[in-house]
Amino acid sequence: MEKNNPKGFLYLLPAFLFLGFFLVYPLIDVFVYSFQENYNFASQTYTGVGLYNYAYVLHDPYFLQALKNTFLLVLITVPLSTGLALLISLCLSSIQKLRELFQTIFFLPYVTNTLAVGLVFMILFRKTAYSDGFVNLILNALGFASVDFLSGPYWAKMLVLCLYTVWIVMPFKILILTSALASVDQTYRNAARVDGASKGRIFWRITLPMISPSLFYLVITGFIGAFKAYSDAVALFGTDLNAAGMNTIVGYVYDMLYGNAGGYPSYASAAAILLFAIVLTITCINLLVSKKHVHYV
Amino acid sequence: MDYALIEKNAKRRQIAYLAAIGLVLVLWAILVLFPFYWMLLTSVKSYGSYSSEFVPKLFTLHPTLENFASAFSQVPLSGYFLNTVIFTVITTALMLFVTILAAFAFSRLRFPGRDLIFVAFLALMMIPSELVVITNFVTITQWGLRNTFLGLILPSVTSVFYIYLLKENFSQVPDELYYAAKVDGTSDFKYLWKVLLPICQPTVVTIAILKIIECWNSYVWPRLITDKQDYFLVSVGIQEIRENGFGRENIPAMMAAVTVISLPLIVLFLIFRKKIMAGVARGGTKG
Repeated sequence: MEKNNPKGFLYLLPAFLFLGFFLVYPLIDVFVYSFQENYNFASQTYTGVGLYNYAYVLHDPYFLQALKNTFLLVLITVPLSTGLALLISLCLSSIQKLRELFQTIFFLPYVTNTLAVGLVFMILFRKTAYSDGFVNLILNALGFASVDFLSGPYWAKMLVLCLYTVWIVMPFKILILTSALASVDQTYRNAARVDGASKGRIFWRITLPMISPSLFYLVITGFIGAFKAYSDAVALFGTDLNAAGMNTIVGYVYDMLYGNAGGYPSYASAAAILLFAIVLTITCINLLVSKKHVHYV
Repeated sequence: MDYALIEKNAKRRQIAYLAAIGLVLVLWAILVLFPFYWMLLTSVKSYGSYSSEFVPKLFTLHPTLENFASAFSQVPLSGYFLNTVIFTVITTALMLFVTILAAFAFSRLRFPGRDLIFVAFLALMMIPSELVVITNFVTITQWGLRNTFLGLILPSVTSVFYIYLLKENFSQVPDELYYAAKVDGTSDFKYLWKVLLPICQPTVVTIAILKIIECWNSYVWPRLITDKQDYFLVSVGIQEIRENGFGRENIPAMMAAVTVISLPLIVLFLIFRKKIMAGVARGGTKG
């Protein structure tokens, strides 16, 4: 093999160009924007350098609402979806027949268009003058009163958003956990069974520690994904998320950039950097916690 | 206690255990499938019968295709569809071109600083797209590329992860093949095209499919960069249909549009089920 083949750079050139223009340069620039005060989009001028953009964002009631919504969404959906996925994967791994069929069905939400299927959720939950919608029909049958899920009380809107988010993220989690469970060495379980360990004990003492790296991976990606929630909310509540009171941090960033309230890349940059400071902190905490509880074989 | 009774109890417990498992699986399957069923069902109900149902019916005896007709005639659904196909095909092709060349350079060619550059590439994987979208939006706007395919496609091409995935696969191909090709006087490019790609075709197909799914569902970037209907992709289009199309209450027509948009990926998934699931397990990030 030639030791020094400058043609290598030629092969890398397209990747360099694309990544440089659309990934590296923007990453640097977003920090620059976030410190430029009173940046004018049309004339590209600014009046000063400082922390005003951050102060503005942190005092903006829309941002605080988005922060609250996002944190609630994360705290509810990550444990719920991970736990549910674990339960379903355990069930999947203990059957032989029909397993592929169930796996195929469970994966379907992954390949659907979030915006399109969100509309189906919207009509299932929606209460209009003409009809209370399908979900309310079930609630009525169970003896509860109808709830206006999409333009009613805050908890109802949050509930729908959480349910849709869980529905969307489940396929990935089930897939990862099922393959993790499949790779658990059966010798340990058989040995434990010979020794008379109960099913529960085998799960807590053998299966769970063996799949803990995958579980932990899902918790981390789950946190990161849920913090970036946006299009699920748009699908359910429309593009004007601030009016619905259901905006997320990412939604706030895009609204600042474009749309009715848009044209402020500086505020958008400051909000985006704040979001990633939060995500980075949470991920670091996760990593610290995992050192104690995750077993890498 | 007699032996038969113990065995009977154990069997009974086993059956109850299996029934509980089946119940969980069937319940979740229903929850996953029901929205799809509802979408299909609503799309074949006529507007009249849908709006007269105060209590929505779970089936219909008079299916109609008129909603699909109005989905294509009253709103520019076929335009959205065509735009998305063009966007998906060109973006995926460009991505493959960039990725294959880069993966080849990293796995087979020797040049100064190669390993360092590769590590730098891997570090780029950690950059969240939300951070770079802001500057990209400003760049594309300043280049005057809003409402063009070029503006839609250019920032969507790069995928560091796919370079990594393909590089790993290329590296598994034995060196002897390369030397043999070199002895025969084959150029690097011909070796890549005639030997490496056919061997690594499964991985190439996998990343192409994952990219197609990503393109078909992309929403954020198309929404930022297009505000003319002529350039809407399906995700932006369906949102436009929801907010302004059909007269707001024609839900059956809306569901017909949703069905048309969802169908291509579902078909693709059913064809390439194993490839897609294996690919996502290795590097999917949605969720």
